[in-house]
Amino acid sequence: MILRRTCREVAALLVAREDRDLPVLERVALRLHLAACAACPKFERQLLTMRNAMKQWRNYEA
Amino acid sequence: MSTAAIEHQLAEHRAYLLRFARLQLRNDAWAEDAVSETLLAALSKPQSFGNRSQLKTWLVGILKHKVIDILRQRQREVQLVDDDGDGGAELDALMFKADGHYVQQPADWGNPEQELNSRQFFLVLEACTDKLPAAMGRVFLMREWLELSSDEICKELQLTPTNLYVQLHRARLRLRECLELNWFGRKAASP
Repeated sequence: MILRRTCREVAALLVAREDRDLPVLERVALRLHLAACAACPKFERQLLTMRNAMKQWRNYEA
Repeated sequence: MSTAAIEHQLAEHRAYLLRFARLQLRNDAWAEDAVSETLLAALSKPQSFGNRSQLKTWLVGILKHKVIDILRQRQREVQLVDDDGDGGAELDALMFKADGHYVQQPADWGNPEQELNSRQFFLVLEACTDKLPAAMGRVFLMREWLELSSDEICKELQLTPTNLYVQLHRARLRLRECLELNWFGRKAASP
């Protein structure tokens, strides 16, 4: 299955996505996994929280 | 505005600017230089002292340029990479079992909007950033605080993109771990 990813792989993709564009295949695989997984969306939200926090910190709103 | 008032405002901002310059440069003398030059630039333009929040934004903008200048000048001295063994793989192993499943599911971090209004949260974030290994922390802040592109960072530090992404990846995982331990996890543990 070319689109099947483990949680470990998905977490790595989610972290990588913070700094670079992912290939289309990986983006699709990511979306499929996130739709079916309970844990990985939480990890995704944690990264989003970190991203928002850094943004606020850098803009000196903190 | 009176000289005394200007001095007061500068003193107020100085500590703040210094904290961030130190975090980025990891060298007290360089940080002092960056901040002094920033404040001198401000003094040469007294009209900027009207609105306090505007002044702050303006000072930070100047400081970022000074920090980039220093990183450029000191390029050889800040040369990467203090590789920390394979910390990335270790962290990875902490989070995942051999079959690729989580050892422990990521925690629910609650309401991020609310967290981001907390002064205390940002102190923890800053402390966690400070705990990153020096070279890794510098790369991470070049990206997140100085807002340099990956291309620019690679050029400045003569890193390959792969090396850069590994550093950023590790920094993000460490930061996440630190925040979970020292902020989100701690709160979840207490009623």
